[in-house]
Amino acid sequence: MANFYTDNPDLKHHLNHPLMQKIVALKERDYTDAEKYDYAPLDFEDAMDSYDKVLEVVGEICGTTIADNAEDVDHQGPKVVDGHVEYADGTKENLEVCRKAGLMGMSMPRRLGGLNFPITPYIMAADIVSRADTGFENLWGLQDCAETIYEFANEDQKQRFIPRVCKGETMSMDLTEPDAGSDLQSVMLKATEQPDGTWRLNGVKRFITNGDSDIHLVLARSEEGTRDGRGLSMFIYDKRDGGVTVRRIENKMGIKGSPTCELVYKNAKAELCGSRRLGLIKYVMALMNGARLGIAAQSVGVSERAYREALAYAKDRKQFGKAIIEFPAVYEMLAVMKAKLDASRALLYETSRFVDMYKIYEDIAKERSLTADERKEMKFYSKLADACTPLVKGMGSEYCNQNAYDCIQIHGGSGFMKDYACERVYRDARITSIYEGTTQLQVVAAIRHVTTGTYLSLIRDYESQEIAESLQPLRETLKAMTAKYEAAVATVLEAKDQTYTDFMARRMVEMAGNIIMGYLLLLDANRSADFTRSAEVYVKLGEAEVAKHADFIANFAPAQVEMYKAD
Amino acid sequence: MSYNIIVLAKQVPDTRNVGKDAMKEDGTINRAALPAIFNPEDLNALEQALRIKDANPGTTVTILTMGLPRAAEVIREAMYRGADGGIVLTDRVLGGADTLATSYSLARAVNKYGKYDLILGGRQAIDGDTAQVGPQIAEKLGLPQITYAEEILDITPENITVKRRLENGVETLRAPLPCVVTVNGSAADCRPRNAMRLQKYKYAASTSEKAKLSEKQQELLDKRDYLNIPEWSAAYVDADAAQIGLPGSPTKVKAIENVVFTAKESRCIENNDEQLEELIKELIANHTIG
Repeated sequence: MANFYTDNPDLKHHLNHPLMQKIVALKERDYTDAEKYDYAPLDFEDAMDSYDKVLEVVGEICGTTIADNAEDVDHQGPKVVDGHVEYADGTKENLEVCRKAGLMGMSMPRRLGGLNFPITPYIMAADIVSRADTGFENLWGLQDCAETIYEFANEDQKQRFIPRVCKGETMSMDLTEPDAGSDLQSVMLKATEQPDGTWRLNGVKRFITNGDSDIHLVLARSEEGTRDGRGLSMFIYDKRDGGVTVRRIENKMGIKGSPTCELVYKNAKAELCGSRRLGLIKYVMALMNGARLGIAAQSVGVSERAYREALAYAKDRKQFGKAIIEFPAVYEMLAVMKAKLDASRALLYETSRFVDMYKIYEDIAKERSLTADERKEMKFYSKLADACTPLVKGMGSEYCNQNAYDCIQIHGGSGFMKDYACERVYRDARITSIYEGTTQLQVVAAIRHVTTGTYLSLIRDYESQEIAESLQPLRETLKAMTAKYEAAVATVLEAKDQTYTDFMARRMVEMAGNIIMGYLLLLDANRSADFTRSAEVYVKLGEAEVAKHADFIANFAPAQVEMYKAD
Repeated sequence: MSYNIIVLAKQVPDTRNVGKDAMKEDGTINRAALPAIFNPEDLNALEQALRIKDANPGTTVTILTMGLPRAAEVIREAMYRGADGGIVLTDRVLGGADTLATSYSLARAVNKYGKYDLILGGRQAIDGDTAQVGPQIAEKLGLPQITYAEEILDITPENITVKRRLENGVETLRAPLPCVVTVNGSAADCRPRNAMRLQKYKYAASTSEKAKLSEKQQELLDKRDYLNIPEWSAAYVDADAAQIGLPGSPTKVKAIENVVFTAKESRCIENNDEQLEELIKELIANHTIG
């Protein structure tokens, strides 16, 4: 029986990162829950063993039920019946098996029915689920919305909604509207307060993933007469109350099992989540950061799938008397695919650890005041999480698209046919660099960490870590890449021209990404020789990429931006 | 209404993916090369038991397994999926048992267990494929039995209604409780291990396993009674020494042959209807198609 966790030792390597010791001790409040809950860990080893065992269950379910259903789900897809979504048969089975396995609400605290897992093993589960069925990862991964309720809703709401999520009810985040996509400030769905304190929602939402979920988080305009983000609040809509119908499901290119809905709100009863006016500026930003990390995990899962499909085919397919993997043109592609996969996965778990560190401190701060050192540490990791989330979402999703493309290329003509899984992987990959903020918008979020030096100080930290003698040459290359990056950034910033900076932003962000991922693989290789090859291949690739961008920037005058401008 | 259900389960070598090294030179099973697993049809039986438990709060599901002390693994596995606990019937003198001695020993254990409403088990174990143990236990306990069960349709304090999967169709039977039901592989798959239960029961250990745990884990077992998996001996279940283990087993293995298939994978037939028809019939007969 296939197991998508145990067949991939790289996952365990990332799970066993040294920082986990601290993360788990904080998350488990020094293991005090063991007195109250019979499934809480006794100590660090016990907790890690539990993550490992639960991920093994995830791997088994994904390697069997979910992977087996993926093709049928892609063909059948969901449909609308009487204003509500009916999932494909395989999707229903997938959800049922995840519920029975208790894989919903994984990161929620035990008192609300969750497993109290840190984000890192949860994200690992997302990575595994996505490899099995990328579209299903959406439905399962939307449990992440419970995080927003946990962080911002009142205690009564937490008690009412979170245990339901932990038992397997699904969620959605209803943000996008026909005229408010990337620009969420334009959201117009109207929220009207009732004398009893509840609200009524009226309007239309579009492109809502799993839009017929049990519990919705809805961004709506609560302040009449406002036009910008400050007039928006967050609401919780409970499907049990009714008032929202699904008008249609989009006919998509990929992730076809995940229903993308157009929703009509007709006097739908809802309740305010958190404070008025903070909907977009605070809650959606938090929600989006979590969701972006989720898409990064989804992307890594796609990369893994693409790489494995390509590798298996290249070993099996014989041309000119030998397996095609023996030709340099093919094995280079495979080595690069694996390097991109490993690089984005290394950054994924580095980011998830950063997120864990600051979020756990935030949670602890609700129970007691943090010490000065703790506060400092929280801020430190919060900033790193903020810097790395758009980087891994942006570059990870681009890499998975490149890997899906190369996967088809390796399959040749057969890859263009519907007979192999790679065509589905290719279609499923495409959305990852678009939703939860396009790659271009990830660059907008990331660029300030180029200009303020967050990435550079992270790079310096990696640079200073002890590594084996044999890996020194790689570090020298990475140092040279860093020098080019610094020079390029200095060149752009010296011009003090915002348009020019925007124009070059993606190049600079990618250079930082190349260096950071190069270092992460170097450090992985230092912990395990299994990563040496990917570290070497990735640094080679990154070196060329950084040189290319550095050259482009060096040979470009700010005024030349003009020639790219649309008429 | 709640029920007291015993599920018979066996830890077996995984014979489904047999490689070259599955058998030793002397023709016996190379257990080291085959992972020990929960007998697949016993998992189908467990699922039927857990469905009764879901629908009837207060129902208890207890696993009874005979084997080496490490057979406690199937009890833990069942606990992760929803069973309440289990008993390992383990004793050197039980070793070498054929189906007759096995069913006698298990029937003794069931008697020792006390009051129960239903005994469920898989149709057969994949290491022996006899399908004899369940029916023999029913005979020894003087209970009605339903074999080849695919689904338990209904259960009341008085009787149970079961759909059987037979060669040419299905049959619905009703039997008074208590009774023995053996479940077919065509029944619903067992539910997955549950993440919360997995964490709750992972330290569950039999008496001999407990001795090997860390001090901290042993303390946990002392504090949490449900983590202790009892081991029962032949003497504990009042088994007659003449009816158990090798002495109680009339089945004698005459010889074991290591058969190596010599047939080629391809075969040529003439291009005519007669030969084609013959091949189709042969493929249907050996279940390759149809």
